[in-house]
Amino acid sequence: MAGWTGKLLRVDLTTGRHQVETIPEDWQRDYIGGRGLAARYLLDEMDPTVDPLSPDNVMIFATGPLTGTPVPCGARYMVVTKGALTNAITTSNSGGHWGPELKFAGYDMLILTGAAPYPSYLFVYDDHVELRDASAYWGQGVFETEDGLKRETGIPNLRVACIGPAGENKVRFACIMNDKHRAAGRSGVGAVMGSKNLKAIAVRGTGNVEIAKPKEFMKSVWAMRESMKDNPGRKSFSELGTAATIDMTQAFGGLPTRNFQEGQFEDYENLNGNTIKETRLVANKACFACTIACGRVTRLGEHADKYMVNMHPRNWRQAGEGPEYENAWALGADTGVGDLDAVLKANWLCNDLGMDPISMGATLAAAMELYEQGVITDDQVERPLNFGSAEALIRMTEATAFREDFGDELAEGSKRMGEKFQKPEVFMGSKGQEFPAYDPRAFQGMGVAYATCNRGGCHLRAWTPGPETTGQMDPHTPDGKGQWVAGEQDRTTAHDNTGVCLFVGGSGGPLETFVPCTAAATGVAFDFDAFVRAGERTWNVERVWNLRAGLTKADDSIPKRLIKQAHKQGPSAGVTVNLDAMLPDYYQERGWDEEGVPTAEKLAELGLESL
Amino acid sequence: MTDALRIVPDKCTGCMQCELACSWVQTGSFQPSQSLIRVNVFDEEASYAPYTCVQCDEAWCMNTCPVNAIALDDKTGAKIILDALCIGCHLCTIACPFGTVWTLPQNDKAAKCNLCGGDPACVASCPTDAIEFGAPTEDWFEAWGDQVNHRFVEAIEPSGN
Repeated sequence: MAGWTGKLLRVDLTTGRHQVETIPEDWQRDYIGGRGLAARYLLDEMDPTVDPLSPDNVMIFATGPLTGTPVPCGARYMVVTKGALTNAITTSNSGGHWGPELKFAGYDMLILTGAAPYPSYLFVYDDHVELRDASAYWGQGVFETEDGLKRETGIPNLRVACIGPAGENKVRFACIMNDKHRAAGRSGVGAVMGSKNLKAIAVRGTGNVEIAKPKEFMKSVWAMRESMKDNPGRKSFSELGTAATIDMTQAFGGLPTRNFQEGQFEDYENLNGNTIKETRLVANKACFACTIACGRVTRLGEHADKYMVNMHPRNWRQAGEGPEYENAWALGADTGVGDLDAVLKANWLCNDLGMDPISMGATLAAAMELYEQGVITDDQVERPLNFGSAEALIRMTEATAFREDFGDELAEGSKRMGEKFQKPEVFMGSKGQEFPAYDPRAFQGMGVAYATCNRGGCHLRAWTPGPETTGQMDPHTPDGKGQWVAGEQDRTTAHDNTGVCLFVGGSGGPLETFVPCTAAATGVAFDFDAFVRAGERTWNVERVWNLRAGLTKADDSIPKRLIKQAHKQGPSAGVTVNLDAMLPDYYQERGWDEEGVPTAEKLAELGLESL
Repeated sequence: MTDALRIVPDKCTGCMQCELACSWVQTGSFQPSQSLIRVNVFDEEASYAPYTCVQCDEAWCMNTCPVNAIALDDKTGAKIILDALCIGCHLCTIACPFGTVWTLPQNDKAAKCNLCGGDPACVASCPTDAIEFGAPTEDWFEAWGDQVNHRFVEAIEPSGN
């Protein structure tokens, strides 16, 4: 086996027993790896209708064939399980160094079943696998946990994926953090890990990743690096980070502000890539094998101290990471907070406590809307939740992770919170998961992309602002969007399956450039069509899983606000989302019936007759 | 003076491409644990420091070896390990003031940078030019001086952190 290790590690957390299994070769070929392979396994491993926070839920950590190789940005792993936030299949992706380390330890995938009887962490050193007591770390933040595990094991190169207090307290949008600042962020995978009493997975691998045809492989790696080197997209990621996107979405009136009530934020310049670079940036940081280095290592400004938090680990005085575009938006524009220091501090809190900043910010924004409507009253909250209140942002972020005071309501996510206050319309998301930072009224295609994404509101499965802001498609019409989104989801999924970061696509390394890398690495004669087909197969498997979990066409929806209410001013004024026009196009393009169920012919075409 | 490696930690982003390239050229596999250049990550300082053998003029590893298993490569000035002679006594790893001679677990023999015979793979692989290879000039050492000064000032004026 080359590219893939061909092995998976299965750990029963209830008993602490583990075993190593061989992954069927035809599955690896059919799904390429990572997300696809994990989805296929999850279908066989568990009953999709179980409670995501019960021991019956199964967690899969999966890498791709290019994870741990010199292919630019071959650093990713995927967490696939039933989401605590969404009740749908999750595909939470993270970079850093943890995924490659798992490969070097000799495993493509890690399957976790059951639940540990007491707080535990999984220690993997090549073929030494052990479930150890983690009582000492329970309650600690992410940074302290990682430092502590390195001290305890005496291994400075140990790579740690862990949960913070948010995961322990089963906050429905808790993350799994690795390498301190990298997150498998969305859908509440951290809460699932918390429900299994698993604090961390600490990995050290000293092995290698086999390459089938090294000469050809290095040639395609260098071709890819050359094509990325002077690409303007790559340069922008390096220079300004992802937060550079704020200027673009603002210009199109698609920067959702104050819980999607407006499409432009007056203080956007306080939060954009340039401001971060000029005032807070200490250094760029790369994930494993990354030639872009979009990671922002930042320092807090001096007046950040005025925002008090209870949790003050020592290393907070030094450097942390963020904010990324989505975080700057969710904790900034969406809550109406224009103070970079507050946003940065809330971002660090999310990292240390192990929470998804998108859902955190968006849920708080929904609560702020309810507060301003008078639905949430002063006697229910410890401080006013007005839009723009930096104090509320910082305090509620911390309170949510510990489920203190009103944080207990926020910790359920905005869908459940809205329903509890009988105002479900404040939930801005899909399948229970809050939307990220693109207003579909400015980027029409995002409407159908959000509605149909298997893991709920997500921008990373079909990023329509790409063609919509560069003149390839009209951003305001629904025409052709359903078809484009279906095709792009397949391409993006194939990309995910390889274990390479999606940002390579925007940096001069589109899918075409690493098809030859994958072929040379694995020795399997992949071509572009086989790739897209693997993506489509994966998407359909995830869809089938979701349908078995009880999701229906009704879950392929977006909130009424986006369909009925247009913005009053700005470049996107007067536009609403016409999902009714796009969704049938999408189903048709996918070969699904009118209810969004994959037809028998489609499944047969993909070799999935048995499902 | 022969060509030498120059490492500029400020440019390093911690991507480990050098470790992959080194292990590939030295051992024929992509295996960072076998790399002879290693990136040290100081997270809270936001500092990444690749470090490898500086090929000392007066090489203590070479002087200390009881079986003369470390030889001077005339062409590059690199001190290279002769695997056939090495007995795995670890003395060189103790003698090295920089900690850049290692023993590899699979054969328990010493391993260190040999400058890839004059074309170091780490240099080519670095995406940010944090590792250069060429004839040293005076200014190469200024950064080191600045660093020492900086540390000295920090030591006598604690910043209160």
